[in-house]
Amino acid sequence: MSAFAEPRRLWSNALADRLFGGLARGAALLTLASLAGIILSLIIGAWPAIREFGPGFLVHNAWDPVREDFGGLVMIYGTLMTSAIALLIATPVSFGIALFLTELAPAWLKRPLGTAIELLAAVPSIVYGMWGLMVFGPVLARYVQQPLQALLGGAPMLGALVSGPPVGIGILSAGIILSIMIIPFIASVMRDVFAVTPPLLKESAYGLGATTWEVVWRVVLPYTKTGVLGGIMLGLGRALGETMAVTFVIGNMNQLGSLSLFEAANSITSALANEFAEAAPGLHQAALIYLGLVLFLITFTVLVCSRLLLLRLQRNEGKRA
Amino acid sequence: MKNDSARMAHFLRRKRTNRVALALAFAAMLFGTFWLAWILWETLRLGFESLSLSFLTENTPPPNEPPGAGGLANAIRGSLAMVALATFIGAPVGILSGIYLAEYRPQGWLAVTIRFVNDLLLSAPSIIIGLFVYAVIVVRFQQFSGWAGAAALSLIVIPVVIRTTENMLALIPSGLREAAYALGAPKWRVILQITLAAARAGVITGILLAVARICGETAPLLFTALNNQFWTTGLSGPTANLPVTILQFAMSPYENWQHLAWGGVFLITLIVLGLNILARTLSRDASS
Repeated sequence: MSAFAEPRRLWSNALADRLFGGLARGAALLTLASLAGIILSLIIGAWPAIREFGPGFLVHNAWDPVREDFGGLVMIYGTLMTSAIALLIATPVSFGIALFLTELAPAWLKRPLGTAIELLAAVPSIVYGMWGLMVFGPVLARYVQQPLQALLGGAPMLGALVSGPPVGIGILSAGIILSIMIIPFIASVMRDVFAVTPPLLKESAYGLGATTWEVVWRVVLPYTKTGVLGGIMLGLGRALGETMAVTFVIGNMNQLGSLSLFEAANSITSALANEFAEAAPGLHQAALIYLGLVLFLITFTVLVCSRLLLLRLQRNEGKRA
Repeated sequence: MKNDSARMAHFLRRKRTNRVALALAFAAMLFGTFWLAWILWETLRLGFESLSLSFLTENTPPPNEPPGAGGLANAIRGSLAMVALATFIGAPVGILSGIYLAEYRPQGWLAVTIRFVNDLLLSAPSIIIGLFVYAVIVVRFQQFSGWAGAAALSLIVIPVVIRTTENMLALIPSGLREAAYALGAPKWRVILQITLAAARAGVITGILLAVARICGETAPLLFTALNNQFWTTGLSGPTANLPVTILQFAMSPYENWQHLAWGGVFLITLIVLGLNILARTLSRDASS
């Protein structure tokens, strides 16, 4: 069967090739289109609020749908503060988990434990939220917040941090639940990047008499620091954009009364989740979309940094290999 | 002599640091698994109580009914319909894009850009996707609808499927492709019948993971599908769905609603973990 014998078949194959290639390319371009569409639709939707409040929106402390006076300070503060608490807890714990999984765990335990951590990442956030509201909140209030308040209540600086109703709802509990949610993400990235450290480097250090801790702290960590940082940023991106886990437990209060971690507050995502469907079209809705735009820009920046860091580690890997 | 003891002290200090650090790492591991165990345990305990036949066959009840009355049938039906539709839209688009990234000039600037953007979309806040679909579909048709909900979910499916499809295709040895080309097969047949077929298990794993992800997604449905307390047949109006119903019921002060919410959470957890474990065993079988 020579090619000359069947020009028609050849031709139809070329056509099919074109078609299929075009289809695949079109589908791939949809990805770019959806990113552009998201940014555009957010800017268009937020435009009335952008025109009305300008960049001052970001630091304006007001949320009054009746008088149409909106500012995003409370929500932006809530988002940043809960994410900061989450990172503060999740980073060292994830590091410990990654260390345990790569250096300490016996071979037969590595796989099931790794899987368990990854499954924790798959649990939908609404489960965390519901658990946080119904189970964890009361426990936190009774065994952590009330004793802390009794202990620090009179102290000058710390007293302000723990004032407010100790009911297990607010910035602190949202931060803790976020940290539980992002631990699996950060831990599995850290575990994966720790695993790329060349055994030769580690063995040399061990050969010089270094302890396990010294090998991890002085050899593995410096070697993988860009990847580790990328993993932390990935977790931060998750925490900033998480909706359900926060909405359940943050208390949804649009006022910045005090700096207390026990006080009910609001985050960008929970404000959107609670108000958007009921907001009247107009300035209220536009202000909420403005918040969404701010959230998108923050997470976008964080995720871009994360990707770039992880890519850099990969590229260095490629050079060495 | 003194020098020796100083060295010894230094050595002991290093050993102690090491032991403390490793103990802390062990504690961190316990800490992580402790939450998993606690969350799963409470979900099982509280969710199991509220499971009954009526849970699956009756619609969401009004508040303050005696516990045991009513179920989540309409919400389960709505969720099933939207998840199925979103998968049917999202999976082919994702597979095609994955094919483009892996098989057509994978190092070209377009592929590199798309890969980067796709990674961003993979972890972009899902509530933003809800806002986008609201602006594009809900505003246009002046109505919350199940179609809009499915569209939002499909936007979450696509990046997951793209990522896994591309990764799986990249693992296929190029010798396989070259052998097929040498036999005169055109590119589209090489891709569909050789590489995609060889990567089948991995691609299915990706789809399963995507389905698991959207089963529990709440945020993108809040202002697209909204919710509905009645049984609906189409998807053209506000559609009941499990996640938003759980949110509404859990935040309510009514005991029977909270009870049902736990049942819903139990069901979702079961499905999501089941799908994940299935996907894992599938990909492990494929790789061994």
